[in-house]
Amino acid sequence: MQQWLDDLIAGTAWLQALPTGLVYTIGILVACKLILLFSSLLAGEVVWLERRVSGRMQARIGPNRVGPQGLLQFLADGVKLLSKEDVIPATADRPVFVLAPILVYLGAFAAFCVIPFGYGLVAADMNVGLFLVLAITSIEVVGVIMAGWASNSKWAVLGAMREVAQMISYELPLGLSALAIALLAGTLNLTDIALQQEGWLWNWYVFRGPFAFAAFFLFFTAALASLKRAPFDLPEAESELVAGFHTEYTGFRFAIFFLAEYSAMILFSMLAAVLFLGGWSPGFPVDLTGPAARWIGFGILFAKTAFLLFVMIWVRWSLPRFRIDKVMYLCYKVLLPLSVVCVLGLSLQVLLGEVLWGDQSAFGRWLMGLGVHGGIR
Amino acid sequence: MSVLSSLVGPLGPGPLGAAPLAASADMAEYVPVLVMLVFALLFAALNLGLSFVLGKKAPSNPVKDAAYECGMPPLSEAHQRFSVKFYLVAILFVLFDIEVVFLYPWAVYFQQMPAFLFFEMLLFIGILLLGWWYVMRKGAVNWARE
Amino acid sequence: MTQVLFLTFGALALAAAALCVTRRNAVASALWLVVMFFGLAGCYVLLEAYFVAAVQVLVYAGAIMVLFLFVIMLLDLRKEAPGTAPGVPLRFGAVAAATLFLVVAGLCLVDADARGLFPDAAAREGLTLDGGAYAIGEALFTRWVLAFEVTSILLLGAILGAVILTKRRLT
Repeated sequence: MQQWLDDLIAGTAWLQALPTGLVYTIGILVACKLILLFSSLLAGEVVWLERRVSGRMQARIGPNRVGPQGLLQFLADGVKLLSKEDVIPATADRPVFVLAPILVYLGAFAAFCVIPFGYGLVAADMNVGLFLVLAITSIEVVGVIMAGWASNSKWAVLGAMREVAQMISYELPLGLSALAIALLAGTLNLTDIALQQEGWLWNWYVFRGPFAFAAFFLFFTAALASLKRAPFDLPEAESELVAGFHTEYTGFRFAIFFLAEYSAMILFSMLAAVLFLGGWSPGFPVDLTGPAARWIGFGILFAKTAFLLFVMIWVRWSLPRFRIDKVMYLCYKVLLPLSVVCVLGLSLQVLLGEVLWGDQSAFGRWLMGLGVHGGIR
Repeated sequence: MSVLSSLVGPLGPGPLGAAPLAASADMAEYVPVLVMLVFALLFAALNLGLSFVLGKKAPSNPVKDAAYECGMPPLSEAHQRFSVKFYLVAILFVLFDIEVVFLYPWAVYFQQMPAFLFFEMLLFIGILLLGWWYVMRKGAVNWARE
Repeated sequence: MTQVLFLTFGALALAAAALCVTRRNAVASALWLVVMFFGLAGCYVLLEAYFVAAVQVLVYAGAIMVLFLFVIMLLDLRKEAPGTAPGVPLRFGAVAAATLFLVVAGLCLVDADARGLFPDAAAREGLTLDGGAYAIGEALFTRWVLAFEVTSILLLGAILGAVILTKRRLT
């Protein structure tokens, strides 16, 4: 961020007249405000997309009245939720009940500051970026458990316990499969990770050998589970737990949980696109680091994010829900060992590439080529 | 150099000075993180305030304020003792999470000396795999009812 | 500016810690602990220990906190009566422990100062610090590799202990 602002100041005459600290402060505030707008507006549109796609899949129409194709539906919903009565149960623990949605939103939203939206279009370009995303999103769990506990309703408590058990369990395969990319990249800086995937399509990390390919699917599955998306939506299974941990929440408090959920979806889709799908690389060599070209890069990254969001919605409306014991089984007996195998396999791949070819990525490319060859035959 | 002055030190240049906001370029990147946290807090708080102003206010009654229990009056406290399985999942998560945290610096440093680090981690994960195998054998995370 | 921020975060952590141990309500106390973890993470960032700051949030605020809250719920501490006020021996013990801690901490600081472990401002000028994952990996997996491997045995022991302690209820 500071680097970007320094470049901006150097290139603009009237900014140099102002005190540097003022420019920095305003720059950071504007950038954060833009990210807030981006995430909340996009979250609204993803809700619309979800309803339209599910409508299409069920041979219905879905919301199409407010604005063109119903695109402004989320505004109408927002106004409705703002004007609803705010009911807090008499038996609830008021301060905790009020704080919980804010904490959940904090966990879902604040991590956006380390996600690069394009080359240099990042609020906080730091060397522990990837790790910080995992750290900040782990706060959400505390908010969920507080919400369930403070509601003092059986459904909310049961839903929260289930949800927390599921979210923390799936954080393990999630962290391990993201780690596979850190291993290949040798850095946790998300901008650097994206830059390393520039060039042709096979430079994307998802195509760097079978283990990286598997890691992408592990990451996506674990992300679905920690986002509580179907088929892992049983903490909020409406047929058994009413609405899970937010059963007692009404009006805008409920809307904040909703917003946090969709913000987290966008966050993990963007993270998956940056880590595995080449970031802003279109799949052929082109320089997207220029001051204007980086916005084209943002468009490409946005398209990949939108595709992943669509897949999440598609999966939700296609697959039935898991049973809770199967969810735990899948995490501890399938995903966790598989992601450890992925990490060890990738490290062996780097090691063999160095020993046999003197190039750390060579072995992975060879394996991937073999796989593609076999697939075509 | 006394302990106190080395801990507190001279006050750095102010926010409008030549090197504002932070001591180093790396640290400066944390200012947006702080701002984002504050923004998230403000966004949620402001909207809740707006909802308080715009929202409908109706007189409350004991039935409306009761916790939801499918239309029945709540039979007992919701805070009951929970299965120890949840506790076990939480503690296993803490332990395996620490393992993941150890793996991150390892992954970042891996390309510098792959052979040594590979076998080092093989040993580390091998030992923890014993623990994992024991957990699975005891059915500690097996939630199915026999 | 850094110093002011450091003192602010330190004061925040201290105040939250004090509130944490004085609350009667276990859940409120747990929430103040979260605030304390964040204050501490801020301190780590200002000491340029970036990776440790992220670990602080991930492991303490994200994982250990969940464990604490689960235990509070498991034992249902909310309904627990405040109990009798701590007696004289307990108060005496608390004061003695606090005094002992302060003395040891003070001695450590003086000792470290005597051995020149606190570089003065001039020495800090040229010092480049890297608190990222790479620097930690370099130190942990080359020089401290034995400590790292032994940690796995510690973790293994903890896993076995957790399962054995709860096994009776499971089977």
